[in-house]
Amino acid sequence: MCHQTVSLISRYIEEHGVPTVVIGAAKDIVEHCGVPRFLFSDFPLGNPAGRPHDVASQHATLKAALALLDAAPGPMTTMQNPIRWSDDHSWKEDISNVEKMSPEEIARRKAEFDKTKEIAKQKREDAGV
Amino acid sequence: MPDNPYGFAPPDDRPIPYMHRIKTYYQTLGYGKPYEWAHYVDSPFTPLKKPLSECKVGLIGTSEVAVRFDPETETDPIVEDDFRGIYAIPADMPTERFYSRTASFDRNATHLDDVNAYYPVDRLREAVADGRVAGMPNRFYGAYNNYSQRKVLTQEAPKVLEYCRADGIDALIMVPV
Repeated sequence: MCHQTVSLISRYIEEHGVPTVVIGAAKDIVEHCGVPRFLFSDFPLGNPAGRPHDVASQHATLKAALALLDAAPGPMTTMQNPIRWSDDHSWKEDISNVEKMSPEEIARRKAEFDKTKEIAKQKREDAGV
Repeated sequence: MPDNPYGFAPPDDRPIPYMHRIKTYYQTLGYGKPYEWAHYVDSPFTPLKKPLSECKVGLIGTSEVAVRFDPETETDPIVEDDFRGIYAIPADMPTERFYSRTASFDRNATHLDDVNAYYPVDRLREAVADGRVAGMPNRFYGAYNNYSQRKVLTQEAPKVLEYCRADGIDALIMVPV
């Protein structure tokens, strides 16, 4: 959802005259929304701006984003960050992937989700929203 | 003939299909109507008005960055006007005082121990220091993850624009987590 939130804000402020560049890891969500400029980091959710404690990868990522700000020829320009998260791509298999979960895991998550939803509802009511 | 003579990447080494996975996930958990993601077939576009080296560049993230402070002697440096709305962080804070409050990230694959991996404050400061960009405003911006497209478009986006204009920025770097 973060990617959708940012994509919508990007479109809005760009429409009002401020150039933007999105650095994100969820390619489908950003491109489905459509943004002016998008640097796609094929990294796990949470670290789109480079590998943690790896200044060189962060520097290269920001450099690519700035280049995109400067030189994107038109709207919906996506550039892929050339940095690989890791030689092993198995990290892509697990996130939110029900095909990889056992029935027990799914049942546990359902119970947890129901509980979180109830707490959130209570919080919203308490906050008057 | 070797197995992969043309050096193709493995078929499953591709961008993660989040929309598909999220839809399947919630359907499996028993939540009815799938979420309708925001979708457009085109996009606005505003070219930079001057060279990047003359631009003031801002930063916004959704990593729910907060600042560590001592409640005995200090007040929270972050003032939030609205409940989970757009907020600002003083840009002169030392990076080691920043941390993320979000739980929305891939916990199996990584962590949020290094702020610069999702809120590249030091990398932006360096870009200013070495003249690749002219400057940055004296505050960084933050946004919360929001399911409500209406709230994003009618409240949060206008608020970010207000910040951009008040700070006189020429371009904005946006980092969702």
